[in-house]
Amino acid sequence: MSVSKDQIIDFIYEEARMLDEGRHDEWLALWLTDGHYWMPLDYKQSDPINETSLLYEDMFMLKLRVERLNGARTFSQKPKSRCHHVIQRPFIDEMNGDTFVTNTSMHYVETRLDEQQLLALTARHDLTLVDGQLRIANKRIDILNCDAAFRNIQLLP
Amino acid sequence: MGFHVGNPKSAADLVQAHQVHRDVYISPDVYALEMKHVFANAWVFVGHESQTPKKGDYFATQIGNQPVIQVRHKPDDIHVLLNRCPHKGTKIVIDRQGNTGKFFRCPYHAWSFKTDGCLLAIPLKKGYEGTGLEKTQNGKGMKAVGAVKNYRGFIFARLADEGISFEEFFGDSLSSLDNMVDRSPEGRLEVVGPPLRYMHYCNWKMLVENQTDTCHPMVAHESSAGIAVKLYEELNLPKGAPKPAAMQIIAPFMSPYEFFEGMGIRTWPNGHGHTGVHHSIHSDYSAIPGYFEAMVETYGEEKAKTILDENRHNTVYFPNIMIKGPIQQLRTFIPLAADKTIVESYIYRLVGAPDELTARTAMYNRMINAPTSIVGHDDLEMYERAQEGLHVNGLEWVNISRLLEDDENHEGEAVLNGTTERQMRNQFDAWRKFMTYDQDQQEAAK
Repeated sequence: MSVSKDQIIDFIYEEARMLDEGRHDEWLALWLTDGHYWMPLDYKQSDPINETSLLYEDMFMLKLRVERLNGARTFSQKPKSRCHHVIQRPFIDEMNGDTFVTNTSMHYVETRLDEQQLLALTARHDLTLVDGQLRIANKRIDILNCDAAFRNIQLLP
Repeated sequence: MGFHVGNPKSAADLVQAHQVHRDVYISPDVYALEMKHVFANAWVFVGHESQTPKKGDYFATQIGNQPVIQVRHKPDDIHVLLNRCPHKGTKIVIDRQGNTGKFFRCPYHAWSFKTDGCLLAIPLKKGYEGTGLEKTQNGKGMKAVGAVKNYRGFIFARLADEGISFEEFFGDSLSSLDNMVDRSPEGRLEVVGPPLRYMHYCNWKMLVENQTDTCHPMVAHESSAGIAVKLYEELNLPKGAPKPAAMQIIAPFMSPYEFFEGMGIRTWPNGHGHTGVHHSIHSDYSAIPGYFEAMVETYGEEKAKTILDENRHNTVYFPNIMIKGPIQQLRTFIPLAADKTIVESYIYRLVGAPDELTARTAMYNRMINAPTSIVGHDDLEMYERAQEGLHVNGLEWVNISRLLEDDENHEGEAVLNGTTERQMRNQFDAWRKFMTYDQDQQEAAK
């Protein structure tokens, strides 16, 4: 079984829509169990382990993050944040059998109370075809102004 | 408002033994006074020597609201200069770090300065003949801070020309910095990567106080640490299976009050102090293979054990940094306004130790102190709610009296129950002292 370029691109769009609509359990189900969500701190950072990143999270941390959003005593989410992705058509950089790499430019907006922030991002997805379904093997988000001082970023680009 | 303008003594009166007036957090006038006096009279952290390893390397930061440059003038000589051209005020460097070569050159009119700040050259200098420029401060080059100390790689500066010595200011509190550096088998740290930079709309002192506030983790962080514990239990891992990293780092925040009571707090004169006298949330980190052996090789078994048995949690160095010795982290709370603070969180590598230690430190930094941290989010929420709530009129004092003792004074070292607010009182005692330090000295000299 193989997938078309359009199916890969649709997958990236659908993932962004899940995040915007807060369908986090569906989103977690997209991931392979050993995947990592990486958001580097440094411009063009190459090492996620031995340097500080903004995020480098395994499935345990991602589940914790998602569950926390709905917790009864999650004070920084009362009221809840909302987010919005505007994405450019993804580039498909690699198609090797069952594995794919995409590169997607996006504007990510996150808002809560009277504050709203806009981040310009590039997302790299490593995707794997498992039992006919595309899954996220790894995801890397590079923020254009990664060296700026940020306010809270509470949801996931 | 306006009451405290130019009057450090009236600002000092906002601090009492058991409470502080809200103006210490919300008044722009008090903020202006603490920038002018507290941050000038105290010794303030600038940077680490490994941020400027080569001759001509510089690093730009702030001491209070004063822009400064840390620059390596000679192989073993680091200077701290005010980041302002003496001519028109232009900042000499604008990037956070770089190398300036043999001299600084102002990009506006090409006045140039040696890396110790001395004036090197002014183009078309004959235009100043007979004007007396050389007798003014503007003609003398880039202004240097009052005093600089490189303590085991950490650069501190005092803006004021005269004042308390480095040794007297820090005293025995340097044992925490010593322990952090001694954890390197070579006795040396190196900065790793850029710091996390996190913007808070609250007063800088709230962040400093929170470093030894042991009654908030199990409350404010229930949503992260509590849910981490719940998810871990649901995993139902076999006994002895390695815990997920998040459990080592985040779950200890849910420790009960008794744990924090028993960990103890130590305070030293001049506003310094630390949590974790007897144990801390860092006590149970798993051992890294090869590290202890490397430490024994350098120090011998007994001393290596003494160094590693120290589990100090957060050490506050007044006025505005905190270090975590066991994980080689330093956080600096840089004031930008009465209600605006940038927090920069640095990590350091233990030279000669296995990489796994750096990896754990990097993990702690991102999990707890990043703008993306599920722990940091709730801390910021508390500070900013307080910054807004303090504007309520008719209730203008903030209580800091937990475990206050009748005869409490801050002139000596003390070790107490870990839930005391004594370290907060200790910081305010130092705040009051350095607010009026220059004025008190002048009056004593009369």
